[in-house]
Amino acid sequence: MVDATVNAQSGPRGPKPKRVMSSTNIIIYGTLFVVCLYYLLPLYVMIVTSLKGMPEIRLGNIFGPPVEVTFEPWVKAWSEACTGINCEGLSRGFWNSVWILVPSVIISIAIASVNGYALANWRFKGSEVFFTILIFGAFIPYQVMIYPIVIILRESGEGITWFLRLFNEDASAFRLMGSLSGLVIVHTIFGMPILTLLFRNYFTSVPEELFKAARVDGAGFWGIYFRIMLPMSLPIFVVAMILQVTGIWNDFLFGVIYTKPETYPMTVQLNNIVNSVQGVKEYNVNMAATLLTGLVPLIIYFASGKLFVRGIAAGAVKG
Amino acid sequence: MTYSVEIKQLDLAFGSVKVLQGLDLNINEGEFLVLLGSSGCGKSTLLNCIAGLLEITDGQIYIKGENVTWAEPSERGIGMVFQSYALYPQMTVKGNLSFGLKNAKVPKDEIEKRVARAAEILQIGPLLDRKPGALSGGQRQRVAIGRALVRDVDVFLFDEPLSNLDAKLRVDLRVELKRLHNQLENTMIYVTHDQIEAMTLADRIAIMKGGQIMQLASPDEIYNRPRNLYVADFIGSPSMNFIEGHLEGGNFKVDDMVLPMDGYEFVAPQTADRPATIGIRPEHVVTGELVRNTPLKFSVDIDLVEPMGSDTLVYAQLGRHPFRIRMDGQARVNVGETIEIGVDPSRASLFDKATEDRL
Repeated sequence: MVDATVNAQSGPRGPKPKRVMSSTNIIIYGTLFVVCLYYLLPLYVMIVTSLKGMPEIRLGNIFGPPVEVTFEPWVKAWSEACTGINCEGLSRGFWNSVWILVPSVIISIAIASVNGYALANWRFKGSEVFFTILIFGAFIPYQVMIYPIVIILRESGEGITWFLRLFNEDASAFRLMGSLSGLVIVHTIFGMPILTLLFRNYFTSVPEELFKAARVDGAGFWGIYFRIMLPMSLPIFVVAMILQVTGIWNDFLFGVIYTKPETYPMTVQLNNIVNSVQGVKEYNVNMAATLLTGLVPLIIYFASGKLFVRGIAAGAVKG
Repeated sequence: MTYSVEIKQLDLAFGSVKVLQGLDLNINEGEFLVLLGSSGCGKSTLLNCIAGLLEITDGQIYIKGENVTWAEPSERGIGMVFQSYALYPQMTVKGNLSFGLKNAKVPKDEIEKRVARAAEILQIGPLLDRKPGALSGGQRQRVAIGRALVRDVDVFLFDEPLSNLDAKLRVDLRVELKRLHNQLENTMIYVTHDQIEAMTLADRIAIMKGGQIMQLASPDEIYNRPRNLYVADFIGSPSMNFIEGHLEGGNFKVDDMVLPMDGYEFVAPQTADRPATIGIRPEHVVTGELVRNTPLKFSVDIDLVEPMGSDTLVYAQLGRHPFRIRMDGQARVNVGETIEIGVDPSRASLFDKATEDRL
């Protein structure tokens, strides 16, 4: 009982905590709820539609849940849907996209991180000019460069063929234009400005004394990069990876221009399935195909959300 | 004899900005040299040049008689300790200590031996498996010193190593650093803006200003016989009192007072009459009974009293010149009081008013 009186006298300090259902909270959460609804509703419609059969879709109530759940549209979208003469579904496009994505992401991040590291820590004569030119590249609309790149890819392919034939008369023609490797090169180059900026800013924020200490300790350019800088910069690598994965996976323009039908990436194939004008529009298959295509970036985001925020905060803000 | 570090006609320019110009500096074997100056004076820049972290524009640097002007930092036989400690955050203390040795391809058992020795000297044995993030500021700085220690270098370079520590720890580590120097007997070059650190640690102090060395001398010499007005003003806290006047026939005249400078050691035996500035350290002023024995006596009016425990700092007016006096902590003086003070001319400093050099 003594304790109780003491507690009553001293009591809780500080201002009274606000109620959960205060008007401010209601407005904030209400707005958020409406916005969420706005963004989630189309996704809901897509999922629901993709699980319905065509007869059910024709009934026309698009918000209604499927009466009879069927996964057939998904199977069809993945492995049976036709684009032109081939009827392999999205699966081929998926693997094409993977073969484009993996090397593009790895190569572009590898080069850009070294670029950023060199520009941040090993200033050389003209490094600022070099950096400015590189960043300038980020502001040029890339539609301007489409045709020149076609020529560059064609000519350099021929150049490589000529070079190979110096050693082996019978070497087959080497093509960059229309091949996956050509597209990988294009993606790598177009990722360079923004990734280099990202990495440079991150490495600039690493204390300079750390770099100096490593030099006094006898570490060279690569020693410092691999053993000091790399272990410290996981967040920015995750950010770069997300940027590249989503950017390259969602790319349509380069995919459709620099490849040919056998090597079309998933997005192009999706377009061809959804926009085919022959026959019945299979809305359920289209929805399933679209969801399948969007799955990869979505998974990447969910898997690395926390690191992504940390990396953005660390690298992108500071100029 | 060869010097431990020898700098000849060092120039450093960033574009058109000349940071260091024609700088010469010789540092003896086993000497503790402190580069002291306010921020922007080029002291850290000079240290970075010695370390090889900055490419110099012109001149030569020798370490142990070897021309290392274009050598890599790791090839110069130097170890460096930074203000921010600069420990590699992803490595353990042991990893931090052995990083340089691994780069130099030192055999494994030798690395173990050296790390153990450094850990013993710096008393960081129990911390070897921790990451720097789990260490206190003082422990981090010890590890940073250890990193230089394990490499068995000829010259230690310190770039304001104590500035990030709190006041009490700074004093402790300062003492430890001095002990370490006595034990290792390496050459040490130490950059600081803290004059107490400079006075207590240094065998010689180089006071820098605007990329040039103003005075290079022992702490005692710098304190008692500053070569110019800048050095006199920079060293000592509270700083020296300066009064402008005239030097005439061996007497210093200011307003209607005449101060005979008997006992003052002039730099040149015959010093012509000229406008001059006299400098008197607040702690060289005597008060009370002792005034009777001093050759120069004045009376001053007290403006402000700052008791500091060990001392009492008195702000007063000597004629129309402000005058600071450091009195005993027990001194009882009041604002508005007029007291008698005495000055010994042999402990004062005279400077040419135009050139600001010591007379």
